[in-house]
Amino acid sequence: MRQAGPYSGRVGALRRFLGSCVATPLNLALTVLVLLLIVAIVPALVEWAVVDAAWRGTSSADCPNRDAACWVFVRLRFGQILYGGYPAAERWRVDLAAALALAGLVLMAAPRLPRTLIAALLFVAGPVIAAILLAGGIFGLARVPSRDWGGLTLTLVVALGTIAFAIPLGLGLAIARRSALPVIRWLAVAFIELWRGVPLIPVLFMAVIMFPLFMPAGVEVDTLIRVLVAFILFNAASMAEVFRGGFQAIPQSQYEAAASLGLGPWRTLGLVVLPQVVKVAIPGLVNTCVSVTKETTVILILGLADLLAVIQAGAADPAWLVGDQIRSTGYFFAGLVFWSVCFSMSRAARRLERRRRRDDAAPLIASR
Amino acid sequence: MRRKGEHHTAEGALVIPTIRSRPLSAARLRGYLWQALALLLVLAFLAFIARNAAINMARLNINTGFGFLTRPAGFAIAQHFISYDEASSYFVAFFVALLNTVIIAAVAIVCATMLGFVIGLARLSSNRLVAATAGAYVDLIRNVPLLLQLFYWYFAVLRPLPGPRQSLDLLHLHIAFLNARGLFVPAPMFEPGSGAVLLALLVALALFSLLWRWARGRREIAGRTPRAAWIALASLLFAFLAIAAAEGWPLRWEVPVLAGFNFRGGLVLSPEFVAMSVALSLYGAAYIAEIVRAGVAAVPVGQSEAARALGMGPLLVARKVIVPQALRIILPPLAGQYILLTKNTTLAAAIAYPDLMLIFGGTVLNQTGQPLEVMIITIGTYLALSFAIAAAMNAANRRLRRTGTPRR
Repeated sequence: MRQAGPYSGRVGALRRFLGSCVATPLNLALTVLVLLLIVAIVPALVEWAVVDAAWRGTSSADCPNRDAACWVFVRLRFGQILYGGYPAAERWRVDLAAALALAGLVLMAAPRLPRTLIAALLFVAGPVIAAILLAGGIFGLARVPSRDWGGLTLTLVVALGTIAFAIPLGLGLAIARRSALPVIRWLAVAFIELWRGVPLIPVLFMAVIMFPLFMPAGVEVDTLIRVLVAFILFNAASMAEVFRGGFQAIPQSQYEAAASLGLGPWRTLGLVVLPQVVKVAIPGLVNTCVSVTKETTVILILGLADLLAVIQAGAADPAWLVGDQIRSTGYFFAGLVFWSVCFSMSRAARRLERRRRRDDAAPLIASR
Repeated sequence: MRRKGEHHTAEGALVIPTIRSRPLSAARLRGYLWQALALLLVLAFLAFIARNAAINMARLNINTGFGFLTRPAGFAIAQHFISYDEASSYFVAFFVALLNTVIIAAVAIVCATMLGFVIGLARLSSNRLVAATAGAYVDLIRNVPLLLQLFYWYFAVLRPLPGPRQSLDLLHLHIAFLNARGLFVPAPMFEPGSGAVLLALLVALALFSLLWRWARGRREIAGRTPRAAWIALASLLFAFLAIAAAEGWPLRWEVPVLAGFNFRGGLVLSPEFVAMSVALSLYGAAYIAEIVRAGVAAVPVGQSEAARALGMGPLLVARKVIVPQALRIILPPLAGQYILLTKNTTLAAAIAYPDLMLIFGGTVLNQTGQPLEVMIITIGTYLALSFAIAAAMNAANRRLRRTGTPRR
């Protein structure tokens, strides 16, 4: 066998890859098996989604092939998929809110800007601005009731709204869980464990069906807000657990060092402990955001018209009842949207985790 | 840092209180006040909710109490593994629904664990094509919502299947068939005399486990399994087969047969059940694969290298060195995954699989008009299920830590 040199270029990587596939008889057999699987799936999928698919057309009549994707369906319903029932004349407001959120995220990623300030802006001002833009009713914006919100817009509203409120609440719970005051600690533990032991769907049912029962007569709260509150409380418990892991990663010596500098408990927390906790917790927080994004789909069970619900409704539309290719195409598209969002977040989390491990492994002087 | 109660006298001398004479310092008082305030706020909130609920329920003439449980339910449940009809009480309906939830959770947990271990090990394969394919599976499944996957299997795969007459003959064995009405599989049949055979099977299994322990002990002392153990094992098997033959093979599989427009005989698994099992198993497997991969990867390479240097073969290294250490790391997150899978069975409400959520949180709640009691039962049951799984896995974990290796 040839000795591998210290430098390995792309050709070397490819050769190593191929070499590993035929290294032993068992590996060879596994390679053949996996290749057979790939040959059975990938060409058929490409044929279904691209080659045989119907791209052009104006109605369901242009999608006669039952064994091919019908992109006409997605194209004609694209407005529905993005905005749901949001009035066409007001959709620019959704676009503007999305653009602002994107700009905030870009600023967050930019180097040499005060990240804490931008994060505060995103978490505090962001939801307020988004709510004003989407709901309207002030500043001359026409009022758009939340039952008209739908599609990807609603999915993002629930996901981002949950994330924006659940992270600070989770942090508060995690801090309360470490409090020296026993009553505060018990309350935090009870809150976290209760939410974590219960499935999401009964909680959402409670929020929608039983909320009016718990309010004084005459008080009505928008269904979307009830759902959001349930999502936030439920996920705050998960976020608290992630932060708790971060707290546990801080060695006792950090507290002792802070105490020896004369810092009180709150300043120890804010100046010494929290910055390190956040660094450790961020990959876990991002992963929780991935689950939040995926979980938002269950709101269709409550009758809200999120991305998946719009596609379900579209596939059940009599004008599109030409075959199962419509439904499959809709699912494929929704899957693609969720996958791209969640996969990029998962990858980012993994990269952050690796970077942190590398930083931790490096000598102290080199890292700062 | 200033100690609690530390202060200066009027002359400027520093007074540091000793630990024995702790007066009620300002800091401690503040602590008590905060705690009292927090407790008061929580209690006030709960009282507010309870009072509103009481007023609203009186205003809406909602019945209270759990008396409804003994009344007849009056609705049908498509899948019931214990005897149930419309005259059965809500109490029986609860157990039917709970059983449906437990069965789907158990099927999902078993299938996801098996598939997850295979995929997790495949990710660690030295064959990079296998590792990359397993990685692609995990990245695909984990980043698509479970509900979407469930809808795909139910609405896009199972529902469009042809009727019974054109059903798919799985593996072309003529024993299992898949069509729009569900999955038809062979069912065990208990004819007269099967009691004796089952009893014989139980006795044989008990003797087998005793024999196994004895042989194991002998092997640890003598270094090899005594020949008598094999002879005893063979005669045990022979005795069981003889009893079964003498009773005329009363235990059989009833294979579904196409008769007219539908299948007759065998066990029918509804499309909802199949969709739930497939979606939950594939989804859970992706997460379990990651847990398994991380667990095995966490065992230091030096461990298996040392074992190989002692002359142990790769299979023995895996069984005696890697698995015992990896299992300790795998088990706690695996427990969390099992609880998550059980909680995810509530998605059944979206495709009308009659689980606890759909039957109790849906039908029973609507029929009785007693949301409070019904939701307390439903959520309490899910909490109990979560705790039961956690307790079982904790027990397994303790056992594993004590013995070092899972005993058969």
